Amino acid sequence: MIHSLFLINASGDIFLEKHWKSVVSRSVCDYFFEAQERASEAENVPPVIPTPHHYLLSVYRHKIFFVAVIQSEVPPLFVIEFLHRVVDTFQDYFGVCSEVMIKDNVVVVYEVLEEMLDNGFPLATESNILKELIKPPTILRTVVNTITGSTNVGDQLPTGQLSVVPWRRTGVKYTNNEAYFDVIEEIDAIIDKSGSTITAEIQGVIDACVKLTGMPDLTLSFMNPRLLDDVSFHPCVRFKRWESERILSFIPPDGNFRLLSYHVSAQNLVAIPVYVKHNISFRDGSSLGRFEITVGPKQTMGKTIEGVMVASQMPKGVLNMSLTPSQGTHIFDPVTKLLSWDVGKINPQKLPSLKGTMSLQAGASKPDENPTINLQFKIQQLAISGLKVNRLDMYGEKYKPFKGIKYMTKAGKFQVRT
Amino acid sequence: MILTSAASRHPSPPRIPACRHRASRSAAAMAAGQAYSEEKGGSSSLGEPEYGHDPASGGIFSSDYKRHDDLKEMLDSNKDSLKLEAMKRIVAMIARGKNASDLFPAVVKNVACKNIEVKKLVYVYLVRYAEEQQDLALLSISTFQRGLKDPNQLIRASALRVLSSIRVPIIVPIMMLAIKEAASDMSPYVRKTAAHAIPKLYSLDSDQKDQLIEVIEKLLADKTTLVAGSVVMAFEEVCPERIDLIHKNYRKLCNLLIDVEEWGQVVIINMLTRYARTQFLSPNQNESLLEESAEKAFYGSDEEDAKDAKAEAASLVKCKPYVMDPDHRLLLRNTKPLLQSRNAAVVMAVAQLYFHLAPKAEVGVIAKALVRLLRSHSEVQYVVLQNVATMSIKRRGMFEPYLKSFYIRSTDPTQIKILKLEVLTNLANETNISTILREFQTYIRSMDKDFVAATIQAIGRCATNIGKVRDTCLNGLVQLLSNRDELVVAESVVVIKKLLQMQPAQHSEIIKHMAKLTDNIQVPMARASILWLIGEYCEHVPKIAPDVLRKMAKSFTNEEDIVKLQVINLAAKLYLTNSKQSKLLTQYVLNLAKYDQNYDIRDRARFIRQLIVPTEKSGALNKYAKKLFLAQKPAPILESSFKDRDHFQLGSLSHLLNAKAVGYQELPDWPDEAPDPSVRNVEVPEWTKCTSREKRKEKVEKPFYSDSEGESGPTESADSEPESVSEESESSSSEGSSSSGSEEEEEGSGDQSEDKEEEEKRKKKKEKEAPRKASLESAGSRSEEEEEEGVKKGKKKKQQQGRKGRDETSSEEASASESSSSESDSGSEVQESPAEVEGKRRKAPASTKPGPRATAAGPKEISLLDLDDFTPPPPQPVPSSNIVSTSLVTDLEGLTLTDTSLAPALLSPAFGSVRTYELLHRMTGEGLSVEYCFSRRPFPHDPHMVAVQIQISNNTDAEVKSLRISEPKPLSGMRIQEFPEIESLAPGDTASVVMGIDFCDSTQAANFQLCTHTRHFYVSIQPPVGELMAPVFMSENEFKKEQGKLTGMSEITEKLTLPEKCRSDHAIVQQVTSAANVGRVPCGADNEYRFAAKTVTSGSLVLITLEKREGAAAQLTVNSEKMVIGTMLVKDIVQALVQ
Repeated sequence: MIHSLFLINASGDIFLEKHWKSVVSRSVCDYFFEAQERASEAENVPPVIPTPHHYLLSVYRHKIFFVAVIQSEVPPLFVIEFLHRVVDTFQDYFGVCSEVMIKDNVVVVYEVLEEMLDNGFPLATESNILKELIKPPTILRTVVNTITGSTNVGDQLPTGQLSVVPWRRTGVKYTNNEAYFDVIEEIDAIIDKSGSTITAEIQGVIDACVKLTGMPDLTLSFMNPRLLDDVSFHPCVRFKRWESERILSFIPPDGNFRLLSYHVSAQNLVAIPVYVKHNISFRDGSSLGRFEITVGPKQTMGKTIEGVMVASQMPKGVLNMSLTPSQGTHIFDPVTKLLSWDVGKINPQKLPSLKGTMSLQAGASKPDENPTINLQFKIQQLAISGLKVNRLDMYGEKYKPFKGIKYMTKAGKFQVRT
Repeated sequence: MILTSAASRHPSPPRIPACRHRASRSAAAMAAGQAYSEEKGGSSSLGEPEYGHDPASGGIFSSDYKRHDDLKEMLDSNKDSLKLEAMKRIVAMIARGKNASDLFPAVVKNVACKNIEVKKLVYVYLVRYAEEQQDLALLSISTFQRGLKDPNQLIRASALRVLSSIRVPIIVPIMMLAIKEAASDMSPYVRKTAAHAIPKLYSLDSDQKDQLIEVIEKLLADKTTLVAGSVVMAFEEVCPERIDLIHKNYRKLCNLLIDVEEWGQVVIINMLTRYARTQFLSPNQNESLLEESAEKAFYGSDEEDAKDAKAEAASLVKCKPYVMDPDHRLLLRNTKPLLQSRNAAVVMAVAQLYFHLAPKAEVGVIAKALVRLLRSHSEVQYVVLQNVATMSIKRRGMFEPYLKSFYIRSTDPTQIKILKLEVLTNLANETNISTILREFQTYIRSMDKDFVAATIQAIGRCATNIGKVRDTCLNGLVQLLSNRDELVVAESVVVIKKLLQMQPAQHSEIIKHMAKLTDNIQVPMARASILWLIGEYCEHVPKIAPDVLRKMAKSFTNEEDIVKLQVINLAAKLYLTNSKQSKLLTQYVLNLAKYDQNYDIRDRARFIRQLIVPTEKSGALNKYAKKLFLAQKPAPILESSFKDRDHFQLGSLSHLLNAKAVGYQELPDWPDEAPDPSVRNVEVPEWTKCTSREKRKEKVEKPFYSDSEGESGPTESADSEPESVSEESESSSSEGSSSSGSEEEEEGSGDQSEDKEEEEKRKKKKEKEAPRKASLESAGSRSEEEEEEGVKKGKKKKQQQGRKGRDETSSEEASASESSSSESDSGSEVQESPAEVEGKRRKAPASTKPGPRATAAGPKEISLLDLDDFTPPPPQPVPSSNIVSTSLVTDLEGLTLTDTSLAPALLSPAFGSVRTYELLHRMTGEGLSVEYCFSRRPFPHDPHMVAVQIQISNNTDAEVKSLRISEPKPLSGMRIQEFPEIESLAPGDTASVVMGIDFCDSTQAANFQLCTHTRHFYVSIQPPVGELMAPVFMSENEFKKEQGKLTGMSEITEKLTLPEKCRSDHAIVQQVTSAANVGRVPCGADNEYRFAAKTVTSGSLVLITLEKREGAAAQLTVNSEKMVIGTMLVKDIVQALVQ
């Protein structure tokens, strides 16, 4: 299966290598570099690159390429999914997954990688098991380690691997027993020039942070489970129970995890909480263009829209922009031609707007296309689909846990064509 | 120890001790430090350049050397902390790709270090460098060998893992032994590790293949989810061609699938896809067949009809109407829930399985899941879109509802955009083309020019596929010709050119328009394309063509090379068609070209001149010039690059690359004819029966009960019968504990229609296939069985009876089985026996799982084709919401709940009198009706059996002969004592017989066949829990004493409200005793009722206390060490009282 893994940073240095079978020379990465050169941008590097003797499968996250070397037929998604899992694990361990972090914790990283694969076949990918085997570094532990000279290798044996609830480590103890669930919905939408919705869908997730002692058995029920059209579960969820009763019943992993992700059926009309009024015009021959956008609330169910960010990739012909925002700050990068405007909250009484002129390259003709506007926003305490958690019950343990549910709606890939 | 045994087995072993010797010598040398380095030759003398052979360490040899030196010192020290520090630095070096191999001797010494942290890092180092330092690596082997014997399973596993990761060919025999041993380890985790080790050993020495296959075969039979994924992975790497190994494990794998860890799921699903392709018929084949025959029926003329009818009949006989094999259905059903997995690879695997295996009508379910994956990371999107593109060609309808999910955002990476475009194009049809084209219009204005070019091509493809929009597309494309971007124009021209080639006659207008464009368009590629077009279709634009040539001749010298070539081309074609107008122009152009700077153009000019201008020297070719130049050129076909890619298994690397990757296993075509049905049936008698039975139960339990001995303790003690516990030591794990009546299902699927003879044949075949194993196993099982049964007398009697009953029907069978006396019992038992062994190994267990079809036993016969009946979805425990307990108990109760939900059906309202149950309905039994009841008398032959009184009535108008029971399929531990054969039963007569069944204190149904001289009926008897016990009599004191012992987990209490009619003493006692076979215990208090009983098989006490409170309230308490029985009993009694 997976032969080796190389981590490559933005400047093309291999800063970590790990082999699960015989060593593969790092020169195999030359093929990758070639492909990288051919693709203008990092995200355009093909995820699968065949070379004469190997296949290179890569993912690009946090400005790092994770390149896996494969020698024979294997489902590409298997490898890609695994690499993403590696990144998630690092993130889980170190908070961020960056080159510096990996270099600082190279021993832990190496140990984790060692445990994740055996002979290239995934062995332990559940973060709960891994954390039992190898303790994630904390500041305290780092200090202790430097004094006592111990590492983060757990002295326990990975009993979790033997359990039938492999996702949960054993012997969990907390003084405060808490379970938090975040219902986060993202709206993916394409809005056309005239403001009508071309496509819109809601993708939701329920992320949980469960810190409960012992082996709690939780059930989570919804007021309106029929809304959930297409769901995918964490392996802990009992599928049959969901099928028959539409109740989520599970023994949760310890710590943070994604309980489920769902899709709200496209038939339901998706409420679009914001609108963008725009007037962007270029004139042939003229070296000035007009630029004006206004953002306003649409269907917000009475909630405030926060954290609004507007980003737009301007055409090459735009040399500079002189704009005045009614609120927030804006930046135009003349090199990448990226305009971004941090709006903040939308005040319905005084709609935020950004107005001004663009100076265009002299003599250049009018761009074919007006730039598209990418929007980000957040609405607290609202799940735009209307999904509501009914109740959360815990069985199997005696204590009373503290339970919390939070709702949030965000913009996913929210695009306005102009 | 392993070493010596290895030595005795393998020819090469002398080397091992030798190496070992050498290794230990060098270890000694190492200990001497200085001496070692001298021996090694200069590696320690200061600043020697050879030392710095580490290329990564740059040029600073000395400092690097120094660092290594102090590392060595640290490793040699006595302090663990120093060793650890050193190891951490070394591992950091390895991670950065620096060479640390020279530290090998220093590191390997620490392999036996007590500190687990140091040890782990040493392992990391060892695995990395052992290959390069083979001799030294042998030093560590003995440590691992010791580890392999450790009582802790995790240490055994870890030792095996490292041992097998050391790629040193010398230790192959040791590895082989270790793997073999671990494969039969009692810990499933160690067995998993063994499975992982198999491909490692195989890659090290492929000569071991045969032996490894044996291990794989053994592990494939393993019943734990932990092992399943890993062993299938080993199977795929070592012997993917040995599909025959899968037969007997197929059903087990299908059923285990949902509980296997996600990576294992992917591997198993991919393998099963291949398997299914070889074993089942195409589910879509009969569609085409039906169509054909329908056509014939409608249009066939009369005289043909007769002939046709015959042929048809023949063909119909040959290809019976397609009925999906139940196993095929099982696979589809069990994989479907995995579409909900969070793991994209699993979803993809299921999707490809459905695409390749499911009937057309069902494939649609995967679309939603695949579309969901499009939300994932861009790499995942990339792979998924590739597969969607392939699928959307074959099954366009599937993705049509999700059209909008493929709309493109400006922020998508280009490669994703292009793939989405591909899908959109594939999905385009007459109804949605206008929306798609509108979308395309937006895309054309994108800043991403590669994407625009792809869009133009996509428009071209839409135009070719959908005639309706061809003109619109053409016009749109023509407008694009004025685009400023060279790429866009070039692409448009090329696409227009292709479109026009399809029907040039209708589009002379466009050609004219394009001709005009030559004045404005400067992009060489576009100009060249236009010129080619005009040349090619000069006959359609006779007036314009010469004019264009005139203009081009004028600007010839300033044109780009490709344009010049096309000018020459145009000139030549015009010369041939319209020489009057263009002769001079052509001459002029050719002359210009003759002196061109580019030799290509000069060559072309010379060549063309020779070809078209007739001279006396020019040969025969001249005559054919027109044919050469103006031959009909086939229109290029615009089709997807994903067409026909589905001959690669979807989701595979080969599919993605559209080229066979190393190690790719071809996806076989469906077999043309149904594979010999017996091929799959073969496995029924031997293995799958038990395995599938097992896994079904496992399915229920798996998620909750651990494999590890410790965790499942409570369940076991509650469930298993005492005598089996002693055997536990050799059992591989405690995983199995309950069993279900599934075996008959399997029977039903395959055997139903077959007669005895065929079964016989099968059995023989099977025996031939695995003669050694089968005989060994059956012999083993026999003796074990006998031992276990204990009651020799009953056994003998049974054997005698059995022999008497069967000899007539199965003389053949008897000859096939000679080994032991009991063997002659029947052929079916021979087949059965390994299953029994298996079953026993698992320790027969109490029933936690209801035989889902126990109640369906009656209608079974008719519902042969009802697939659901064969493979009912294993019921999942559904704990009722009021249960608040540990998960374990919750699930236990959940299980019993499902059980009791069946019970009411059986507990018909006939109070007081003995209830009778139907075994065989008159309709199903074709006139024969059979009822049974629990007579509650002790069974005379065997006190451990429950006596079942059977009443057989013959409602037919013919005599029924030789009524008997055959082929009992008792679940593990269950025994059936048949009633003596009834020679004949006259019409209208009724006979009553008694048979004994040892239910092993479980409510599992006992399945057997009821045979007449003509028919076999599959029937099953499921006992209500109250019949599994016999009353005992004890004093109040004894009762209290026993009750005191059975508290805690063994006590089950339930509150209830007694209804009006059930408050009198008499009514209560009657209800309780009717619900269960219990005896009343005298009691001092008058508001309390006590009953006691012992379970029939194991003799465990069951104590019942009913306490009346004020009003109608009452509390029921059942004390029994058999928790399952207790819980079920409570339900039953409450039910009886409340009704």
